[in-house]
This record gives sequence, structure tokens and C-alpha cells, in this order.
Amino acid sequence: MARRVRPGRSGAALVIAMGTLAAACAAPGSNSPQPQATGTSSVSAAPGCGSAPITINGYFETGFPLPKALTTEFTKQHPNVTWDIREDQFAVITQNAPRVLADNPPDLMRLPQVSELVKDNLLKNLDGYATAFGWDKWPASQLEQLRLGPGGRPRGEGSLYALGLNFSMTGVFYNKKLAAQIGMTAPPTTLAELDQVLDKAKNAGITPIMQFNGGATGGLAFPLQNLMASYGPAGPINDWIFQKPGATIDTPSNLQAAQHLEKWIKAGYFPKDVNALDYATMMSRFIDGQGLFMFNGDWESGNLDKQMPGNVGFLLMPAAQQDGKLAAMSAPLTFGIAANAKNADCAAFFLNWVATDKRAREIGVEVGGSRPMGPADAYMPAVAADKVTASTLAAGAEIAKDNGAMDFIANATGAIYAKSWTPQLQKLVAGEQTPQELLKTVQADYAGQLEGN
Amino acid sequence: MTRSAGARSSHRRTAATKLRDARGLVGWLFVAPALAFYAVFVLRPITLTFQYSLYEWDGIGASTWVGLANYGKVFTDPDLFDSLVNAFQLIVFFSAIPVVLGLAIAATIRRIAESRLALVARTVLFLPQVIPLVAAGIAWSWLLASTGVINQLLTLIGLGGVTRAWLGDFATALPAVGMIGAWVLLGLCTLLLLAGMSKIDPALYEAARLDGAGAWREFISITVPSLRQEIAVCVTVTVIAALASFDIIYISTQGGPGNTTMVPGLQIFYLAFAEREVGMASALAVVLMALVIACALPIQWFAKDGKR
Repeated sequence: MARRVRPGRSGAALVIAMGTLAAACAAPGSNSPQPQATGTSSVSAAPGCGSAPITINGYFETGFPLPKALTTEFTKQHPNVTWDIREDQFAVITQNAPRVLADNPPDLMRLPQVSELVKDNLLKNLDGYATAFGWDKWPASQLEQLRLGPGGRPRGEGSLYALGLNFSMTGVFYNKKLAAQIGMTAPPTTLAELDQVLDKAKNAGITPIMQFNGGATGGLAFPLQNLMASYGPAGPINDWIFQKPGATIDTPSNLQAAQHLEKWIKAGYFPKDVNALDYATMMSRFIDGQGLFMFNGDWESGNLDKQMPGNVGFLLMPAAQQDGKLAAMSAPLTFGIAANAKNADCAAFFLNWVATDKRAREIGVEVGGSRPMGPADAYMPAVAADKVTASTLAAGAEIAKDNGAMDFIANATGAIYAKSWTPQLQKLVAGEQTPQELLKTVQADYAGQLEGN
Repeated sequence: MTRSAGARSSHRRTAATKLRDARGLVGWLFVAPALAFYAVFVLRPITLTFQYSLYEWDGIGASTWVGLANYGKVFTDPDLFDSLVNAFQLIVFFSAIPVVLGLAIAATIRRIAESRLALVARTVLFLPQVIPLVAAGIAWSWLLASTGVINQLLTLIGLGGVTRAWLGDFATALPAVGMIGAWVLLGLCTLLLLAGMSKIDPALYEAARLDGAGAWREFISITVPSLRQEIAVCVTVTVIAALASFDIIYISTQGGPGNTTMVPGLQIFYLAFAEREVGMASALAVVLMALVIACALPIQWFAKDGKR
């Protein structure tokens, strides 16, 4: 009989001891970053990139050519600056952001929702740069979404923690050929007119709205928020997104919006497999002419002008009432500087250059498709009138006039999109959730997430 | 005489002890590198996970001691509990189908063992095991899309009425994900069982045939009982794969639509990296580890009993 070999008790104890020793004994997070004294003191009078060779460490989003187009032009103008750029998908950036900012702080980084990053002291306070470069003299609405109170709450006021490469805006794109087929000669101006057009398209065998709602990204949040702004004012929606005390998403006008969305779902205005579609599939189908409308943002304007030249129109979501105020989700393409970045001055100089340099503003429009940031009277590049980019830029001016800029309801907290809006909207499509309960559930999740932070 | 004999024997004993000590030391030296890796990369993370599970922590900032509160939430939060239920439903697809089907296929291949067809069948069946799970997930999400090959085939044979976006439908998403898992694990089970069958004494089959047993009787009375060990291994591996599933689901549905395919592995990932609740994520991870052990141990005992 073979003798059973047993590790000695001392051996087992040793292994466990080694494991325990290897584990830190202090409470997790006890060496977390400490708050900076103030953002202002660290800024020199005229921050810049100097003339010595310098390498800026960037962390950008895959699939969007604008940041790289800008950095390339910047190096052309400032040859001493080279770029060390790492790219990831936005979802990966969202998941990595805190650890990357803490462990390996980039000089310039594409940022997800910033509240929790500010709470953990991971982002540089840009107030000093704002004064040095005069950003505080730009239209206040451009920077509102990037301001945060102490500890990250509420958003919309307080110190500046990030800047945009441009100011993107969302609305409704439409396929001009398909629109002509069903006799839509001018974009609808009321919600009722839009409903009629959707119905006509459905009867003509055209998918009325091409949208995505699969996986962890519930794209029906785009039409839902547009409907919310149709039925009610933008202010309370922004308050909710900015985590203002007492704000709620469960309001009577938002309920009307959710019920209207449900009506669209039941009428079959979205593709049958909308719950299995991702963003890329939606784009390829719309470009392929498989849908009349698409709720999306002007970051696709340049792309659509190239892929379906002359065939794309853009309209802002019409209000429920004739001549009602227009609103649109619009937000800066957010970039920030890590609290411990080595070359913060140069990164800030770059952000200022993006908003003020003539060529940089041209690139912002041509490649990015959105309005550049910067002073109200800054140079505005001309765009051919038949391009959809021209329509989205004009729409941006209209929204500014109506003071109708909203942040995205998916940006209220770091987890609200994946964990709340998306599953709830998918359930609404499948008939497993009512509009009333959808808003109640999202509000409960929101309250729970704020409490947890 | 007696004294010197005693001295000699005690001398011999100390020499033996020394030798054994030296051997033990050398033994430990040999084990040390592996042990160090094990301690740093297995024991340390487990210890840390357990430590984190006792705190409320966002992964960066200061943490708060909450004791066992996170464990309480794992069992009371319906979302977290549902993900555990989904994992157990996946066992049907990840374990039952590959093992039962694997047995049938292995028995068939054994009968045609000499032909070239058997070699081809073995290779084709084992191929999914070689493909990275991420690639399998992507391929299947194309196959199962509303315009995918599966729906095209169904339409071709006149079943256009049942076509749907399989991964986007509340009723079919979990079974669809389960089928991807079954496809991946079928090859592994078939190969393991086939290897086990080759060890069965052919005389047993001959004897059974002389007694007038048919193919079915042979299978039930000889093949299956002789494969007890292999079946136990298959069930253990596949049950763990079901309970700890992550890659296939992350790629094909990301837990959607509406949490119908949410499993603990994915939930842990979302809790830690989207919701930044590292404490809750760690508590769920510890619960999942305990569940996997609780499911795997009885299967091991079952296999050992068979050996006795």
C-alpha cells in the first residue's frame, strides 16, 4: 500500500503565513491620494511647453480620429513636443480611469463621468489655468458641465476639473432619399408631425428609427431624453444629472416622455432586434439606408458626410408644443489632466491651443464635426451648406439661443448607464417594464449609488 | 557492550534524523519557487479579496469597515441573487449537455475507431477547445444575430416564423449563451471520455456480447460504470466553467438584455469596475468561490466512492 504523503502541519501553516504576510494588513485605500492644497498656487504666470524636448503622455479613445489629428498639428507648430499616446475603447477607459490616474498619471486623458474622479482627488484643479489663459471669459455654458463642487458634488458649479476638445451635440439624423420617398419635404417641427412621419415610414415598409439598445449600452436613452426635453424643460433634467440635492428623474413630464417612447416601441418604429444591436451595427445599417431616422451625435457628422454625401439631414428634436423651446443633449468632449501629471502646464497649453488656434479650430470642425470651444467671438471655420456638418453646427447655435443644452442622462453617475438605464430600457422593449416603474427603478438606483459614494 | 550499542543506535538515529532533515530542507528548496508563486499569486489575492469584502471601498479613496454587511447584501439584493440563479441554470447547458452528448459521441467514435472519419470527428469536436473563448463569443454572436446564419438556415427550411435575435430576446438569451458554452465544452468532454473508454478491457465487451448483450446494454452496464472517474472530471470541470463563466457572456451579451444573462463573474466585474464597489465585488467573489467548492467537492467524493 502506498504511503499517503501529507504535507506537515508546519508546511501548511508556513504557506498560509506567507500568503497572509504577502497581503497588506492595513485597511484598503489608506495610501490614497490626498487633496491638493489649491489649484492656483501651482500654476506659473504663463504656462507653456517651453523649448526643450518634451514628451506628453496621452490616453485617448479608440476610433475617434480628432485627438490624434490635433496632436499631430500641435507637434508641427511646436516641434519640441512629442506624444506618447495609448488608446482604449471608451468602456475600457471608464473602467480603468481611477487606477490609471492614480498609478500611472497621464498628462492628458479622455475622461468618463468625472464626479468620482474628483472625489478621489485624481484630477488636476484647472482654476489656475482658467485664470492664466482666460477660459473664465468664455461663455459660461461651455464649462458648466466640467465644474464640480468640493468632493465632486454637485456638478455644474464650483472649480473647473476638465476641458473639452469641442462641444458635441445630439439630435436626429435622417436619410434624405427615404424621406423624399414618403413625402417628407421639410423636417417635422412638432412632436405630432414627427409621429405622423414615423407612421408613414412604417406603412411604407421603411424602418422608421434605426437605433441600438443591445449589450451594456442602451441606445434608447437617446430618444428617451430627447422626448423628455420635448415634454418638459431641460433645467430639472440637468439638475438630476448634476446630482443637485432633491433632484428626481421621476417627474410627470418625464413619465409622458417614457410613455411616448413605449408608444413608439409598440408601434414597431424601432427594428425588431433593437435589443441585440450595438452602436456599430446601427451605424452600418443607417449608412446602408436601412432606416429613416437615427438619434445620434454630431461626432458622426464628418463620417456621414463622407459615407453618404448629400444624403443626410439633421434636425433637432421638435418640442411637443408648436414653437416650444428646443433642447439637445450636448456636452464637451471631455479631457482632463491627472492630479500628478508631470507635464500639466504643457497639457493645459495644448487644451488652450485647441480652442484658440485657427488651424486647430478648423481641424475640430472638419474631423470632429462639432463646435470648437473658446471665446464667443472666435474664428468659426466655414462649412459647405449641403453638408450635414453645417446643419449640426447651425443647430448648436439654436440650442445656445434657447439655453437648451443638457448633459446626457447616462452621465449622472458612473454606473447609472450600464446598471440602470440599459437593463430598464431593454425591459421596456421586451414589454417587461412599464414607463412608470422604469423611472421609479432608475431613481431608486440613482439614490442608492449616491448614498454609496 | 550494551552502552556502546545504545550509543551507536542513538548515533545512527541522529544521523538518520539529520539526513531526513537535510532531505526535507532540499525538498522545501525544490518546492520553494512554486510555493512562492502560489503564495503571491493565489493565496495573497484570496486573502486580500477576503479583506476587501469586509470594507466599503471605491478602489482608490479611504475605506470604511462594514464587517459582514456586504455578505448580507449578496443574498438580499435581488440583482445579485438572480445572477447566482442564472449561473445554476447555465449548469444544464455547460455540464449536462456536453457530458450526455459527449458520452454518446465518444461511444460512437469508439465503434468506428479505425476509420479516418473517427480522426476527423475527434479533431472537429476538439477544435472549439483550441479557439479562444473571446473569438468563439464573437463568432457566435454573428451566427445568432437576426440576420445571422442560424436564422438564414431556419428561414430556408420554412421556419422563418421562429427567427429572432437570439441573444437579444428575453426568453432565448440565456439558453443561447448556454449553447455557446455547450459547443465549447463538448469537445473536451468527448475527448476525455474517449480516452477513458480506450482503457476499458475489451474482454468485458466480449463477455457481455457472449451473454447476448446489445449495444445499449453494453453502454449502460460496462461503458458508463467504467467511466465513473472520467465523468466526474468532466462534470467538475464543466460545473466550475458554468458557475465561474465570464468571457463568453461578456463578449456576446454583456449580461443583457435586461440582466437575463447576468452571472456572478460578470456582476463582480461590473461591481468592481463600473460601480466601484470593491467591497461588494469581493464579497460576491468569496461567495462564488465557496459555491464552486461546495459544488465541486461532492462530485469528487462521488468519484472516490466509485473507486473503492
